[in-house]
Amino acid sequence: MSIWRRVACAILLLVAGLSLAAPWLAPTGYAKQFRETAGAPPSRQHWLGTDDIGRDRFARVLYGTRISLLLAPAAALLSTLMAAFIGGLAGYLGGAWERGAMAVTDLFLSLPWLFLLITVRALLPLSVSPMVSVVVTFSVLGALGWTAAARVLCATAGSLRNADFVRQARVSGLSGTRLFWVHVLPNLKPVLYAQFWISIPAFILSEANLGILGLGVSEPMPSWGSLLKELEGLISVREEPWKFVPLLLLVVVVTSFQLVLSSQEEVAA
Amino acid sequence: MLWRKIARHGLVLVATVLLGGLLSAMLVRLAPGFDVDESQLDPRLNAESVRALRDSRRAQRNVFTFYFHSLQAAGHGDLGTSISLGRPIRSLLHERSPLTLRLVGIGLLLSWSLALALALSGAWLRISAYDVGATVLSGTFLCIPAAVLALLSVLWNVPGALAIALIVFPRVYRYVRNVLDKAYRLPHILTARAKGAGETRILTWHVLPVAAPQLLAVAGVSVSIAVGAAIPVEALCGLAGVGQLAWQAALSRDLPLLTTITVLVTLVTLLANSSADVIGHMLRGQRV
Repeated sequence: MSIWRRVACAILLLVAGLSLAAPWLAPTGYAKQFRETAGAPPSRQHWLGTDDIGRDRFARVLYGTRISLLLAPAAALLSTLMAAFIGGLAGYLGGAWERGAMAVTDLFLSLPWLFLLITVRALLPLSVSPMVSVVVTFSVLGALGWTAAARVLCATAGSLRNADFVRQARVSGLSGTRLFWVHVLPNLKPVLYAQFWISIPAFILSEANLGILGLGVSEPMPSWGSLLKELEGLISVREEPWKFVPLLLLVVVVTSFQLVLSSQEEVAA
Repeated sequence: MLWRKIARHGLVLVATVLLGGLLSAMLVRLAPGFDVDESQLDPRLNAESVRALRDSRRAQRNVFTFYFHSLQAAGHGDLGTSISLGRPIRSLLHERSPLTLRLVGIGLLLSWSLALALALSGAWLRISAYDVGATVLSGTFLCIPAAVLALLSVLWNVPGALAIALIVFPRVYRYVRNVLDKAYRLPHILTARAKGAGETRILTWHVLPVAAPQLLAVAGVSVSIAVGAAIPVEALCGLAGVGQLAWQAALSRDLPLLTTITVLVTLVTLLANSSADVIGHMLRGQRV
């Protein structure tokens, strides 16, 4: 493991650790308002100042990081499972199944990712409780993010379909379902693993985009998207540089993921 | 052979576009709250008007019927009327597409110029520090959400086209750099360099013919990225283009408008990809 990957791993662990320790590091919570100090600059009491309605920004950054860092892997897991099921099975079965699945995949891939995401997210209820909005946002990411992975898995499963050991198992009388579960799926594991890890930073960025456009996690629940929405009312970078902390953290985390995953991308390719 | 390829691309394109339109119509139809129309609650409306509104909504209930009628009307140049804006979709698109085309076009031109300039200078200079610097620069932009770049462009009063360029650039640069790097490492390039051929001659005579089909494929994909980037840029920068229209249509669940925009976006991205593929095929054929 190179030094850069080690540093990236350490940063990710540190950020994850800090976000998990949010209840101890920021005991006031993400929703408590300090009305008398609304929009205050950083101070000893509020390390990153307060937002326009007086909530502690440091607490919101920690809790927002926790939500994004916990739910992006959950969405990645959903999309990887869908990709394994649709892509893996289509590749294994071949013929019309493969053509049909790939036609659907091509259709999804022909639409720009953000356009597809915004359209589908906007079709679902927007005025819901914060917890439901978190689940809906990350479920949409997971449910739509399987297409690119499905293509790779379909190709890999297709190559396994005609592999010698699969043919041998088939002539030995092994049933199709058992053959898929016992021989094909375990061989897709490295690709599945790579796709899972690659999806995480992509979903973190997508959630941020949705949040800024007002289609992400609803208030008062914080997420990187809703925290970055604060940049909309920014007057000057010099006057309020602390508002860039969520963006800086997001860039550092996504960069760290990219560094850690550079080897995984090679596997996926 | 080429005509067969073009025909196949055309068939796939038409089928995908039709399927895309149907899928978007189905999604909107199945969305929770589709049957609820706030205008029906207006106390100034009498019973007859409310019934007329319900009847017009009922006509859209069967998604297949709705889609078939829409296609029939589209064949005659009528793209329907936007529910939320109350205007013909054709005139809305006619008004807004020039701005989006200009934004996307300039954005693509800028991003490709920057990506090619960095990738080519990196390949010529062959200084690892320069290559690392360019990779870090593109990697940083890759890690910033598109919507943040759009917000920053508003803050720093930067044109929307530049924001699109900065969103597209890192995605293009990564591929362009790899394609050119691979092309420059080919044995015949080394031979040409050893024989004293100039860098411009090597690029135009030996590198570009090899890399062109792959670069064209990236160009096709970059159109889709730029179209996607136009949505947050137009929505957050207050630019009245098709991206902003798509955003408004999605928020107001405007079925006819959303379906038409989906078909249009699918058509544009597929046309770009198919054209890149066919031109790449022609170039490969010429080389053979």
